[in-house]
Amino acid sequence: MAPSPTPKLQCRSVWKLFGTGASGALKAAGGSLDDEGLERQQLVGAVRDVNLEVLEGEIFVIMGLSGSGKSTLVRCLSRLIEPTSGEILFNGENLLNASEARMIEIRRHQMGMVFQHFALLPHLTVLGNVAFPLEIQGVDRSTRETRARKMIELVGLEGREEFFPNELSGGQQQRVGIARSLSVEPEIWFLDEPFSALDPLIRREMQDEFIRLQNVLKKTIVFITHDFDEAIRLADRIAIMKDGKVVQTGTPEELVLNPADEYVAEFTHNVTKAKVVKVRTIMKPLPEKTPRQGYGGTVRASEAVADVAPLIENAKKLFRVLDDEGEIVGCLARDDVVAIMMQA
Amino acid sequence: MSSPDTYLSSAQKTPRRKGWTFTAWHGIWLVALLAFSLFWIYGKPLARWAFSVPRDMQIPFRRWISSFMKWLVEEASFGVFTFTEFTRFIAAVIEFPYKIALSLLSTGFLQGQGSDAVQILPPISWIAVIAIFAMIGYFAGGRRLAVLVGACFGFLALFGQWNNAMVTLASILIAVPLGIAGGLMAGIAGYRWKWFALVLQPILDLMQTVPVFAYLVPILFLFGFGPTAAVVATIIYALPPMTRIAMLALRQVPDEIHDLGRMVGCTRAQMTWRVLVPSAMQGLMVGVNQVIMLALNMVIIASMIGAGGLGYEVLTALRRLDIGRGIEAGLAIVALAIALDRLSQALATRSRAHRQEEGGEGSLVKRNPYTAASIALVLATGVIGLLIPGVQTYPEALQVSTGTFWSEVVKWININFFDELEAVKNALLLNVMIPFKRFLLGLPWLGVTVLLGLLGTALGGWRLGLLVSVLAFLIAITGQWPKAMVTVYLCGISVVLACLIGVPIAVLTAERARLWRWVEVVIDTLQTLPSFVYLMPAVMLFRVGDFTATIAVVAYAVAPAIRYTAHGLRQVDPHLVEAGTAAGCTPFQLLTKIKLKLALPEIMLGLNQTIMLALSMLVITALVGTRDLGQEVYIALTKADTGRGIVAGLSVAFIAIIADRLISAGAERVRTRLGLKR
Repeated sequence: MAPSPTPKLQCRSVWKLFGTGASGALKAAGGSLDDEGLERQQLVGAVRDVNLEVLEGEIFVIMGLSGSGKSTLVRCLSRLIEPTSGEILFNGENLLNASEARMIEIRRHQMGMVFQHFALLPHLTVLGNVAFPLEIQGVDRSTRETRARKMIELVGLEGREEFFPNELSGGQQQRVGIARSLSVEPEIWFLDEPFSALDPLIRREMQDEFIRLQNVLKKTIVFITHDFDEAIRLADRIAIMKDGKVVQTGTPEELVLNPADEYVAEFTHNVTKAKVVKVRTIMKPLPEKTPRQGYGGTVRASEAVADVAPLIENAKKLFRVLDDEGEIVGCLARDDVVAIMMQA
Repeated sequence: MSSPDTYLSSAQKTPRRKGWTFTAWHGIWLVALLAFSLFWIYGKPLARWAFSVPRDMQIPFRRWISSFMKWLVEEASFGVFTFTEFTRFIAAVIEFPYKIALSLLSTGFLQGQGSDAVQILPPISWIAVIAIFAMIGYFAGGRRLAVLVGACFGFLALFGQWNNAMVTLASILIAVPLGIAGGLMAGIAGYRWKWFALVLQPILDLMQTVPVFAYLVPILFLFGFGPTAAVVATIIYALPPMTRIAMLALRQVPDEIHDLGRMVGCTRAQMTWRVLVPSAMQGLMVGVNQVIMLALNMVIIASMIGAGGLGYEVLTALRRLDIGRGIEAGLAIVALAIALDRLSQALATRSRAHRQEEGGEGSLVKRNPYTAASIALVLATGVIGLLIPGVQTYPEALQVSTGTFWSEVVKWININFFDELEAVKNALLLNVMIPFKRFLLGLPWLGVTVLLGLLGTALGGWRLGLLVSVLAFLIAITGQWPKAMVTVYLCGISVVLACLIGVPIAVLTAERARLWRWVEVVIDTLQTLPSFVYLMPAVMLFRVGDFTATIAVVAYAVAPAIRYTAHGLRQVDPHLVEAGTAAGCTPFQLLTKIKLKLALPEIMLGLNQTIMLALSMLVITALVGTRDLGQEVYIALTKADTGRGIVAGLSVAFIAIIADRLISAGAERVRTRLGLKR
């Protein structure tokens, strides 16, 4: 599933500095401040000169450790936090120039957000919580409840409509959070560390659930996490943040194969490359004429190397590689597969 | 932060630093105290004015305030309408619902005026009232609460306090929602605008420390004598804690919930009412409980400006020393307090659970079973009541009076133990109280003011020193010094006694879980009782005077001393206790060398609370004939002298603020020294 290349959301040199006189100091410094400059002005650089493009229909993961500025950045994207400078283009419209009324309009109809600690309203039932964004818009009761019930069914919570949040487990609560954020059918979906507060087993289950949902919904997603494995699992593209800056942006494969610096390498180090690298990356052009012994079979270009390995490992023949449309696009040799398998 | 090594390292470091910092302060203190003593002993002939402020030096704040009040009532105007019209408008707003509540609960709906009035509709039958409250109890906390609440209301009927109790309940039913609404609004405003919170803070501080009596006088002026004025006073009294709690509860709403509200595109109003307030509900309900308890606490005081009901019963009984009647009405207030307290607490902590049965789709009656049952009950008992009077009003023949019983008990104690009681009283009075009072009254105000300033500077910097000495100076310059000293003396003695009783109780019970549960029940109940109730047994046994006042104040103020000490002891880091045991401490050494030392900041907070409660109770003990600032305020009330009341009331507040700030600063220092600072 290749994402179509229109950027849904663009970030152009976005800065968020905390401290008094931040905006003035940044302007005086010509729109950019280094570590020394920040220290001199006693400012904290939460987000520093971030440039991003989130494409339509892709899962864009922003990964960083705590304090790296990822939560601040995602809040800047929806203007929950006012960036100090920069541009945020949503469908080509600069959100930083939008009026408060316009922002309310955009948030109501085009944005959805899932929170780390669920942020469910304790006084509303599951149904009430999921219908809440629609209620705020003034949608009438029967319409919003029908829509909410559909969402509850989508996340697999049917039968719990009348429960209150405190009667649900963490995983169930986050399902409510997800259903609520989807109830307005947003164009862009922000998930701020949605699974970090859950137990490891539940987290895994929710990630699977998330993948399933995305296969159905095909939303444009900005997903925040501090867990590199989660990022690798879910992302179409990943941006790694450190100290407010984006260190590297790329597909999981690109990060794993070509980490930009020590910091990124530190994360990718423990990743099993074969599970990340796709056949497409290591395939070779089809030889001019069919080899003497013929082909061993076909594999798909979008499959991970680790998944096709058992097939190829002992085969002496080349494999043909098909793309999603079933066209032959290259061939795969055993030696290349083994080389990847041997790396970590 | 209280890990073993931080404690040890700070303990090791302090002696070295102590070396010279403390000599500097030692020197200052030595000089200051020496100068003070010399001045105190030899200074009187030289500077008489430093001992008692001469009349022509006093600033006539009282006169200014009184004439301001007069101007306010007679001349002040907002252009379109006058100030008096404004207060009348407020009065009307309150009076209308109050009349309805009173008609429903007590008088019935009347047509006509005075004695010609004809009852068109009877009030709600006592059976219906009890049943409705029991139902609320069932709704909020299940069967046990329903029984408790039903029993409390049944008690009112059984002991013939029904009508009075309903008059009181009517005013509470009006004052509480208004107090909650007002407090919530102020709280939201303070939450939303920082500047408003900054302005509000000192006002709230002052309102909570000024004795109630002090603002009864201006209210009397503005609203006249009667239930409306009483409701206004109750609202003002109950407003500050609600405001504080509302601000706190709103600030505690998680940031994520806030973000959620903005993400779904809430407008400001939607944010406040759909997101923030419901999310803060648990915290807000604590405030609701506070408002109810404070309103009940005000019942007796408010009856001084015309509230009627149970409070009035207690007040007249107290004035006539009719112990039996007083106790009965007092117990009725307690019953009402317990019922409403438990009800509101249960409502606050009621956990949300989905309904088991599928009742949501049924008819109107099915969806609101409680409301339907209540209406049915009211109608049924109303109709039956027309035929059988016993259903309408509780039959007199079934009433029980314990009034004479209580009088007999008191008589018996007084006859048989008079000498013993008198001996205790006199011994304490002659050997402790009177000498202490003389000592305080002999001190020069100027010297005390300077010493207080010095103490403030030592504990919390020059700002605190300045604040404390300015407040002390204001007390003196308005001519309140001698009366203030009497207040300090009564408060001091009471607080010392309360600590002597409270701290050992806490030490003995804090670590014994079962014992502590009992103690907790007792102090919880003590804190539920309206402060006036404490006066009665004290008066019965010791008649009027300073000693009686002290006993009542101690009984009222002992609870925080116990609670905070126990809390402090229990939160001592167990590692440190283990370390002490390993080092071979005896249990007594463990207690004195480790636990009490580390619990000191908490204990100081408890002391602070004890002082605040003691001061608020002291004003009420004016009724049993003390001669302090409280009496001054009380006299002002009876003479409707606004200036006198406010000046004396503010003096009490100043004493409270001085004590509060000094102790808080002291506790902070101790905490820093122990390395417990967060």
